[in-house]
Amino acid sequence: MSITQSLYPIIRKQNLARGVYDYTVHCPDIAAEAVPGQFVHIRVPGFQLRRPISICGIDRERGALRLVMEVRGEGTEVLSRINEGELIDLLGPLGHGFTLLPPEKKAVVVGGGIGVPPLLGAISHYGNNGTAITGFRSASAVILQDDFKAAGARAILCTDDGTAGERGFVTAALQKLLESETPDIVYACGPMPMLRAVAKMAEEKGIVCEVSLEERMACGVGACLGCACRTVKNGVEGYSHVCKDGPVFNSREVVL
Amino acid sequence: MADLRVEVAGVPFKNPVIPASGAFGFGREYEKLYPLSRLGGISCKGTTLNRKDGNPPPRIAETPAGMLNSVGLQNPGIDAFIEQELPYLRTKDVTILANVAGSTVEDCIEIARKLEGTAVDMIELNISCPNVKEGGAAFGSTPQMAAAVTKAVRGATSKPLMVKLSPNVTDITAIAKAVEAEGADAVSLINTLLGMRIDINTRRPVLRNNTGGLSGPAIFPVAVRMVWQVANAVSIPVVGMGGISSGKDAIEMMMAGASAVQVGAALFADPYAPLHIIDGMNAWLDEKGIGSVREIIGTVQPW
Ligand SMILES: Cc1cc2nc3c(=O)[nH]c(=O)nc-3n(C[C@H](O)[C@H](O)[C@H](O)COP(=O)(O)OP(=O)(O)OC[C@H]3O[C@@H](n4cnc5c(N)ncnc54)[C@H](O)[C@@H]3O)c2cc1C
Ligand SMILES: Cc1cc2nc3c(=O)[nH]c(=O)nc-3n(C[C@H](O)[C@H](O)[C@H](O)COP(=O)(O)O)c2cc1C
Ligand code: FES
Repeated sequence: MSITQSLYPIIRKQNLARGVYDYTVHCPDIAAEAVPGQFVHIRVPGFQLRRPISICGIDRERGALRLVMEVRGEGTEVLSRINEGELIDLLGPLGHGFTLLPPEKKAVVVGGGIGVPPLLGAISHYGNNGTAITGFRSASAVILQDDFKAAGARAILCTDDGTAGERGFVTAALQKLLESETPDIVYACGPMPMLRAVAKMAEEKGIVCEVSLEERMACGVGACLGCACRTVKNGVEGYSHVCKDGPVFNSREVVL
Repeated sequence: MADLRVEVAGVPFKNPVIPASGAFGFGREYEKLYPLSRLGGISCKGTTLNRKDGNPPPRIAETPAGMLNSVGLQNPGIDAFIEQELPYLRTKDVTILANVAGSTVEDCIEIARKLEGTAVDMIELNISCPNVKEGGAAFGSTPQMAAAVTKAVRGATSKPLMVKLSPNVTDITAIAKAVEAEGADAVSLINTLLGMRIDINTRRPVLRNNTGGLSGPAIFPVAVRMVWQVANAVSIPVVGMGGISSGKDAIEMMMAGASAVQVGAALFADPYAPLHIIDGMNAWLDEKGIGSVREIIGTVQPW
């Protein structure tokens, strides 16, 4: 597995929702190595630290990666002003991706807000056997629904205020689904309380659950030990590192 | 192509650029990007007698032109370093600095003894880590303590001994003189400066440890000043670090009196930073027609 760092051209930029940008970056060397769930570390002009952003889509033929990023603070604000045709400095692919079962297995992804993009790559693997439960604040924040459908997945949309899809949280939708079906694996990415709830539901049913975690990072490659998260390995609790051992973890191995 | 070779306390380095302790692990991760043999040396992650878990996260906070860290010396312990990291590193044709961090003088002695006879080229005794409750910075904060721990480790090792100094003191030259008097072969500086950031929305410090060590370009002028003061106060070699991110920064640090430099936070913006710094130094020396980097050490002409 090799890691590359270079300046790559943005070949397409779209505004998906307020403050949410969808970039397609031509980076054949990273695209050739990347798997769903991994991330890239993006240099922000004028800032000391790179910003970790998950890989949303991988197009090996075109040598391109898709990155969906929400403006959250100063760094992502600067990144959001980089336009089509300009260059962006990526380091990647980094970390461990999702465990993909044979595509005939049944998979469910559960995502909240900006936690949704990394799940697209995972669910695409399962075609019609995939279900995507995604949740957003309201209709104006909804992203990627057409992409989930195009990937063959059944898309269950939830909004907090009921302005699109079902009213309520993704956890309620998952609970309902689990009453009638037993998927082989559940993948989750989003806010910590959501991850906790999803992991608990899956574990109670004996379903394998993988969660994608976030932590503040410096190096992104596993050298500085900055991005620690609590894990249990062989019954012993200690720190693992999100950038190297994750960002995807088995829910039974992490202390959420 | 200028001659970039330097020597620190008799230890040869291919070039003066050494990734700093804590920023580079034990080299494995960056070896995926470039051969470690291109580096002057490697200062390994600070290693304690027993494995150490480190501080709870968040451990990283960004700051203007820099960053805070409160990793808290997470490391696998000296035995794991010797058994699992050193055999790999010694095949990489690069000068190896073991960064030793004890929480007591006895620990430091034992770690140094364990390193006798290993492939480690030099011991960098860290008396300056700001992120651990016992030992660490406490050793580095008074000349008496710094002298005592240096003396003890000096007695326990035949390897070249470099003592890494804390900037979080009133007079760093007094500490430097104290460790020189007890037999340190070199000093390295600076470790991080203590800092803090607060999230004004939650009124909580960004770091779970509340405070952490500041590094990156923000501390460069402080580091240049301290290296210059220490180089003038002692006659042993000085290795300079703190905010170096370009070849010109490295040249400046060497003019202040450093015989070699270390690079930490710059790696996080640019993982190739050490190589870019080496190239930048070389280009500058060639442009000025200077044949060897050794010619610039300590050549600042103060007013
Ligand atoms: C593995 C991983 C994958 C991610 N994938 C995506 C994605 O696909 N799309 C997306 O929009 N966002 C993603 N994020 C979150 C994104 O990295 C942060 O929103 C971003 O770093 C915020 O930077 P800022 O300068 O705008 O915010 P500021 O708050 O100004 O940032 C200050 C510092 O804190 C760090 N920081 C702040 N929030 C986070 C966070 N949630 N996680 C990690 N570091 C943070 C920043 O990197 C920076 O070092 C991911 C995070 C991780 C760890
Ligand atoms: C994440 C991180 C971890 C560090 N860990 C250590 C350590 O274990 N031992 C040590 O002596 N210094 C440690 N340092 C300090 C650096 O070696 C260096 O002295 C300091 O960061 C200043 O250099 P810079 O500005 O180039 O980063 C660490 C620094 C960082 C950023
Ligand atoms: S960010 Fe450096 S170890 Fe993860």
